[in-house]
Amino acid sequence: MAVVSALVRRPLEQVSGLLRRRFHRSAPAALQMTVRDAINQGMDEELERDEKVFLLGEEVAQYDGAYKVSRGLWKKYGDKRIIDTPISEMGFAGIAVGAAMAGLRPICEFMTFNFSMQAIDQVINSAAKTYYMSGGLQNVPIVFRGPNGASAGVAAQHSQCFAAWYGHCPGLKVVSPWNAEDAKGLIKSAIRDNNPVVMLENELMYGVAFEFPQEAQSKDFLIPIGKAKIERQGTHITVVAHSRPVGHCVEAAAVLAKEGIECEVINMRTIRPMDIETIEASVMKTNHLVTVEGGWPQFGVGAEICARIMEGPAFNFLDAPAVRVTGTDVPMPYAKILEDNCVPQVKDIIFAIKKTLNI
Amino acid sequence: MFVAAMSRVLPRTALKKKPASRMLGATGNFSNQATFDIKKCELHRLDKGPPVKAVLTREEGLLYYRRMQVIRRMELKADQLYKQKFIRGFCHLCDGQEACNVGLEAGIQATDHVITSYRAHGLCYMRGLSVRSILTELTGRRGGCAKGKGGSMHMYGKYFYGGNGIVGAQGPLGAGIALACKYKGNKEISLTLYGDGAANQGQIAEAFNMACLWKLPCVFICENNLYGMGTATTRAAASTEYYKRGHLIPGLRVDGMDVLCVREATKFAADHCRSGKGPIVMELQTYRYHGHSMSDPGVSYRSREEIQSVRNKRDPIMLLSDRIVSGQLASVEELKEIDVDVKKEIEDAAQFAITDPEPPLEEIAHHLYKDNPPFEVRGANQWIKYRSIS
Repeated sequence: MAVVSALVRRPLEQVSGLLRRRFHRSAPAALQMTVRDAINQGMDEELERDEKVFLLGEEVAQYDGAYKVSRGLWKKYGDKRIIDTPISEMGFAGIAVGAAMAGLRPICEFMTFNFSMQAIDQVINSAAKTYYMSGGLQNVPIVFRGPNGASAGVAAQHSQCFAAWYGHCPGLKVVSPWNAEDAKGLIKSAIRDNNPVVMLENELMYGVAFEFPQEAQSKDFLIPIGKAKIERQGTHITVVAHSRPVGHCVEAAAVLAKEGIECEVINMRTIRPMDIETIEASVMKTNHLVTVEGGWPQFGVGAEICARIMEGPAFNFLDAPAVRVTGTDVPMPYAKILEDNCVPQVKDIIFAIKKTLNI
Repeated sequence: MFVAAMSRVLPRTALKKKPASRMLGATGNFSNQATFDIKKCELHRLDKGPPVKAVLTREEGLLYYRRMQVIRRMELKADQLYKQKFIRGFCHLCDGQEACNVGLEAGIQATDHVITSYRAHGLCYMRGLSVRSILTELTGRRGGCAKGKGGSMHMYGKYFYGGNGIVGAQGPLGAGIALACKYKGNKEISLTLYGDGAANQGQIAEAFNMACLWKLPCVFICENNLYGMGTATTRAAASTEYYKRGHLIPGLRVDGMDVLCVREATKFAADHCRSGKGPIVMELQTYRYHGHSMSDPGVSYRSREEIQSVRNKRDPIMLLSDRIVSGQLASVEELKEIDVDVKKEIEDAAQFAITDPEPPLEEIAHHLYKDNPPFEVRGANQWIKYRSIS
């Protein structure tokens, strides 16, 4: 009897001891999330939240996505909501737009935005313009998404950046995430938006992991479309970029900080409607501007920013002409040395910043 | 049956169709309904087709007649207004194709979904837009169905998705609407119209493939009026058997000048889709009196004799009125009364269309985005700013 009670008493003492003790609370290790998983999570949450949301595109279902962005979704949601299409961009983009007109909320994936050129009529003429043409009767709640811009070694026909082309058109919203937080917040906002949204992702960023803040882990985490983010505060020069080049700008800023140059790095997040106010306010503070993008210079995103800065209050605050860093003005070559010199590198950004600051 | 066989050999006017049966009704000397022989449809991958007899009630006869006259007169009025420069840009008229529009609507539910090309005014009316709202949209005034923002090619309504300016774009759009119907499981179907010219668009073939693969409830309807703008079908298509061009998709070729034939075929096709069998293709053999658009006189690639011959022998309104009278469903006077009433309706609508004010300039940037807070839109220069409201 005594043996039994002894056997019971020890654990009980231990348990009550535990209950008396307060746990030492340390900060949880920051969650790391890749851009790919962030988009996946965003889509998963929206598919769960609203049964009208569905995904279609080449290889999105049984292959788990050409770049594995839709991994696991077909297994979870089935054929009805995750639809593999034939290689018929114009056809399936049109089908997606029609489905949106009839009340569903499609996510139309282009394997890369290069292939969206086959379907661009449906994106612009059937999706973007319809709410306006109909006098507000017919809206098109659709998301077109997929990787945009340069990849690695995929050459000319698979490396074009479409930010300027889609950003040109009224009626469309165009977003361009950089990190995991951007990707999740923007895909969710895009899906919930009642207008056509083009989300330009980046294949080279899919596998990159970022610290994923607490608030981004919520199922209702949204990033407003049309608002830029200041990634790094600075006083000497404003550096504006979208997508992958934002990372290069952050890197350049770190290098320059050692030389006492403090760059304010702005992550555009949205191409259209462009948050020119954030850029203007920054330029009015720093008096210098460098824009950075992966696309070609002529008629590009940077060209638009420069034009708008000239038209607005920030022009009078510029101490030097605004400068653009862009992709090289050639179709993307294949050889590594050539390709490397066709996308803006950190050294090109640093050079442009120093030139602007006359250093 | 003899009558039906003879009617295929001889031109229609040579043989007056006698109704196969008739019932005396309560409306004075008129019958309540009559039964007519209709042309058998050519079939592709179908064992059975639509019936070869159609019952037309007095009420239906008067309704279809009135509707076709409204479309006819509305289009002729648009022609007049265009020449008077009240209508600008593109104006594609569908007079001659009234039986397609009216017969289609008669074969479907109000909650089915319809999408078509730019030759849309007749279908706009069938789908519930008033003549007034259509003509006022054509004249670009604020009372137009798209507030003057869309014009001839961009008119929308409930269960009606336009009005599409890009040839063939409506093919995949219509298949997408069908996908939504199937997704929602509501037994609604999508009717996707395109012309003989659009039939050669690659995206139509893509839409066919996906509709067939996924068994989408889509009726693809090719309105074959024999000319894609100035190009005859034989110069544009290796195969002019448009009802077969869906390949594995069953198809039927329909006399598009006979409103009853169109109605029965549409009912047949609609049933096919609603029963879950997947898409079907309908080719409506029809004719347009006007040229491709108001910029095209329409006589450089076809003879005046051809146009006149169709008017004399196959005019859809004439075919229906002949049947109504011969079937003793109504009198010639009654039909004339409808004509007078329709004329007045069109005149009133036209009067409104040319006197309604243009849309206010302040609203130029409205309706860019839905459910958006207001924002500023750039005008011709940086000092001109417009406000955009959803």
